[in-house]
Amino acid sequence: MRPGAIVSQYWPTVALFALLLGLWELAVTVFEIRAYLLPPPALVWDALWNADFSWGPHLWITSLEIAGAFFMAAIVGVMLGVAIAWSPLIANALMPFLVFVNTLPKVAVAPLLLIWIGYGILPTMVMGALIGFFPVVINTAVGLSQIETDMLDLGRVFSAPKWKIFLKIRIPNALPYILSSLKITATAAVVGAIVGEFVASQAGLGYVIANTQSSMNTAVAFASLIWISAVGLALYGLVVLVARLWAPWAEGVE
Amino acid sequence: MPDSLIDLQQVGMTYVAASGPVEALADISLRVGAGEFVSLVGPSGCGKSTLLRIVAGLRPATKGVVNVTGRKVTRPIPDIGMVFQQPILLKWRSILQNVLLPAELAGRDANGLRKRALQLLDMAGLGGFAEKLPRELSGGMQQRAALCRALLLDPPLLLMDEPFGALDAMTRDDMALELLRIWGETAGARKTVLFVTHSIAEAVFLSDRVVVITPRPGRIAADIAIDLPRPRTVELRASEAFGRLSLDVFRTLTGRTEGSVAV
Ligand SMILES: Nc1ncnc2c1ncn2[C@@H]1O[C@H](COP(=O)(O)OP(=O)(O)OP(=O)(O)O)[C@@H](O)[C@H]1O
Ligand SMILES: [Mg+2]
Repeated sequence: MRPGAIVSQYWPTVALFALLLGLWELAVTVFEIRAYLLPPPALVWDALWNADFSWGPHLWITSLEIAGAFFMAAIVGVMLGVAIAWSPLIANALMPFLVFVNTLPKVAVAPLLLIWIGYGILPTMVMGALIGFFPVVINTAVGLSQIETDMLDLGRVFSAPKWKIFLKIRIPNALPYILSSLKITATAAVVGAIVGEFVASQAGLGYVIANTQSSMNTAVAFASLIWISAVGLALYGLVVLVARLWAPWAEGVE
Repeated sequence: MPDSLIDLQQVGMTYVAASGPVEALADISLRVGAGEFVSLVGPSGCGKSTLLRIVAGLRPATKGVVNVTGRKVTRPIPDIGMVFQQPILLKWRSILQNVLLPAELAGRDANGLRKRALQLLDMAGLGGFAEKLPRELSGGMQQRAALCRALLLDPPLLLMDEPFGALDAMTRDDMALELLRIWGETAGARKTVLFVTHSIAEAVFLSDRVVVITPRPGRIAADIAIDLPRPRTVELRASEAFGRLSLDVFRTLTGRTEGSVAV
């Protein structure tokens, strides 16, 4: 995009954002709102960089959890999707079970995960993976079956074994579907990580927010939210970037 | 004919679609000898593509017996080259990788065949396009790439469904000559070719026999021997014999036995 085009596309967003910030600052001053209810933007900005603790370790832990959840969901999801597309028998056996797991409220499962896996970042990762894996399964299975008969015939004409048709024709053909589901999973991984931290944790951005409830340090909670969305956006951007590089032929498939 | 490579006996095909059954082919009995070049012509929808798929073992016929190289066809047969009506190139692979696909799928050494693939692309006038993606090529260019793919493993049997359908008249004639060259390269071990086309001139120019198929359900209306000398040359097209044979095919195809007059 040309710089001019970027400016003309994004200036309304920037302007609206600035306006809202201005109104927020004004409201806090004019109505004398207490900082623990709604901290002024300046205070949030300050907390973002100079809290009375270091953001670094919390950022690191949460990023790790999000990345772990994302990769777990992606790997398990793709494997299950391939299994489902591989044979109707496997599909019939797995699908009802997967739908059941998907309908479970994941938050309710969190305490169980702690009992089974113990404390630390692993249960939080599993939590995020649980929330995010289902769309990957479905999109992988759908992508694998959305293939022209002609393309499959092509593989059969050259006497390719089934696994090779999967590897060389069906999976690459499904890649746009898989990559687009990973965008959903990227968001789900963030939710999972934070929920996991709320339930039990000693560190992380979610832990910071949970802690401000007792300290009434609302500015820190706001700052933590901003950090979380920054991590989430970074992951999302990364997925979009990888999708563009990896499957440039799939532009426009959503 | 003891050495008939393809042997179809009373083959019929009825598709079962949601809207009801469609009888595509009826009572097709056809033998193609090893090394023969046979063209199929017939109106759109008469079942030519269906017939090729049946011979390839991609679809089972609903009636009759299909034998290829003396064996009953029950699943896709090995060692054939097939050109589909659509190019069906894999859009994530470069043209060269697409041409090499058969080697990979059949578990052959793809790297060792690179040189051959590039030669084929050169022959098809796609020398500079090996590293391009399919979407960067025109429809006719994609079709030529698909032809190269079918020829890669030098198969003894070629099934070709309108391989030159998307080409302009001149490129089409060039490709026909190239195809004949490849076909006749090794005399004595000629490939067997089953070739679908809508061009009467192309069918007569290329073939040993032209099989004319009737409108749906497809039946064999005539099996016309093309006794023109080989190697075939461009000049042959101007000959009286070529014209007579073309007219034969045209008349069978259109069902007109009298000379028709355009006013
Ligand atoms: N998968 C299918 N399901 C149902 N009907 C089909 C299917 N494939 C082909 N048909 C029908 O069978 C008939 C023959 O189709 P086919 O594609 O073999 O014709 P064709 O001679 O190759 O035509 P064209 O010259 O237009 O390529 C058509 O009437 C078509 O509608
Ligand atoms: Mg056809």
